[in-house]
Amino acid sequence: MEQWLVQSLVLGLKMFLIVNGLLIAAAYLVYFERKISAWIQNRIGPNRVGPLGLFQSFADVFKLYLKEDIIPTLANKGFHAIAPVISIGIAIAVYAVIPFGEYFYLGGEKVYLSIAPHINVGLLFILGMSSVGVYGLTLAGWSSNNKYSLLGGLRSSAQMISYELSMGLSLIGVLMISGSLDLMQIVQSQTGGQWNIFFQPLGFIIFLVSAFAETNRTPFDLPEAEPELVGGYHTEYSGMKFGLFFLAEYVNMVTACAMMVLLFFGGWDVPFLYETLGLEQGSVLRALVQFGVVVGKMIPFLFLFIQTRWSLPRFRYDQLMSLGWKVMLPLALANIAVTGIIMMIFQ
Amino acid sequence: MSTTVILFSILAIAAIATGVSVIINKNPVASAMSLILHFFALAGLYLTLNAQFLAAIQILVYAGAIMVLVVFVVMLLNLGKESALTERFNPRTGIAVSMGVLLIAQLAIAFFGQPTGYNQLSDKAALNGTAESIGTVLFTEYLFPFEAISLLLLVAIVGSILLAKKQQKESV
Repeated sequence: MEQWLVQSLVLGLKMFLIVNGLLIAAAYLVYFERKISAWIQNRIGPNRVGPLGLFQSFADVFKLYLKEDIIPTLANKGFHAIAPVISIGIAIAVYAVIPFGEYFYLGGEKVYLSIAPHINVGLLFILGMSSVGVYGLTLAGWSSNNKYSLLGGLRSSAQMISYELSMGLSLIGVLMISGSLDLMQIVQSQTGGQWNIFFQPLGFIIFLVSAFAETNRTPFDLPEAEPELVGGYHTEYSGMKFGLFFLAEYVNMVTACAMMVLLFFGGWDVPFLYETLGLEQGSVLRALVQFGVVVGKMIPFLFLFIQTRWSLPRFRYDQLMSLGWKVMLPLALANIAVTGIIMMIFQ
Repeated sequence: MSTTVILFSILAIAAIATGVSVIINKNPVASAMSLILHFFALAGLYLTLNAQFLAAIQILVYAGAIMVLVVFVVMLLNLGKESALTERFNPRTGIAVSMGVLLIAQLAIAFFGQPTGYNQLSDKAALNGTAESIGTVLFTEYLFPFEAISLLLLVAIVGSILLAKKQQKESV
C-alpha cells in the first residue's frame, strides 16, 4: 500500500513538473520569438516589463486573462469552447511518453525521467496524438461560423494529412536501425555517438520539414495566414481561449524539437561525458545532467524554428501540396528502400 | 472486481454511448466527433486486451487520418440543413434492422455459449499484441494475404488518381 502511495505521489509530481515546465518554456519561447524577430528586423523588442523585458510573457498572459471572451452569436458554442482545450490537451498529452533522461534511485525507488517509461508503442502514440491534435484547429475553424476561420480549419486538416505521411515514413529508417518503438530504447541504441543523424540524414531533413508543417510554423502557417485569412482558424477567438491555441503551438514546437533530439541526435548521449564526470548509473546527478543535455540539444532546434519564421516567406497553397506529395513522400519512401538495402548488405 | 473489469466496463459504456450518439446526432460534425471518441474508447478496449500496437494504430489511422478526411468533407459540404438528413423509411432500413437483430442474436449465442464471459489472458497471448509479434506473423505466416492486400490498395490508389484526372480533363 505504501509503495502504491509513493508511486502515485511521484507520478503526480512528474505531471506537475512537466505541465508547468511546458507552460514556462512556452512563455519564454514567446519572449525569445519576439526578441529574435526584433534583432532580425533591426528593432529592440520587448524591454519594458522586468529586466531586459524578461517578464513580458507573464504580462501578456495576464492581459489575455483579463480580456473579454467574445463568442460569435452564430457560433456553435459547445465546439467553440472545446476546440482550444483539445488543442492544448493533446499537445501536452504527448509528454506522457517522452523521456528526458534515464532514471535515478531515490530512497531505493527507481524514478524514471518520463511519466510512462518503456511503452513499446511510444513513438506510435506520439504520432497518433499529434495527428489527432488537428481536430482542435479544424473544430475551431468550423464552429466559429466564419468563412475565413473555416478556410483556416480546412487548410490545417489537409496540410496535416499530407505531411503526417512523410513524417511517419521518415521515421521508419530510425525504427529499422533501432529495432524498437520504445523511445528509451531508441535513445539507448544511439549510445556512444552512434547518432541516427549520421545514418539517416535524409530522414532527418524530411522529418524537420514535416515537423514545421505539423506545428503550423512559417513557411507552413497557412491555417492562420494572416494576410489572406485575417487570423485563420483563431479569427473569432479572444482572451485566454486564443491564448490556449498560442500555447499549443509552442508546446508542439517543443515536442517536435524533443523528438528530433531523441530520435536523431542521441537524446541524452554525449560520448565520454558521463565517464569523464564520473557519474554512475542511477545517481540523481547523472539524471540531472541527462536532462540538461536533452534540453541543451533542443535549444538550437528551437532557435531554428524561430529564426525560420522570421526569414522565410509563406508557401503558396499549391506549392505546399506539391512539396508534400511529390517531393517529401517519394523521398521518404526512397529513404526506407535505401536503408533496407544497406542494412541487408552490411548485416 | 479486478482493475481490468472496471476499465472494461467504463470503456464499453463509453464506446456504446458514443456509438449511439453517432447515430442520433442531427449535426454531422457532432456525429463525426462522437465517432472519433468511439475510436478512442475502442483503442482503450484494445489496451485492456494487451493489444498495444492495435490500439496505437487505431488512433493513428482511424482517429488521426480517416476521420480527418471525413470531417474535412463534411465541413466542405457544410450540411447545415437538418432536413437534408432526415430519411423516410426505405427497404434499406428494413434490411439494416434485420441484419442488426441477426448480429445481436449471434453475439448472444457466442456470449452465453461460453461458460465465462471474460477469460484471463495467458502470458503467451499477452505478448501477441506487441509490434514485434504482429510484424513477425504478418511477414511470415500471412505474407501472401499481406502482399495481396497491398496490391489491392495500390490498384485502388491508381484508380482514384485516374478518376480524378478524367474529371479534370472534361471540365476544361
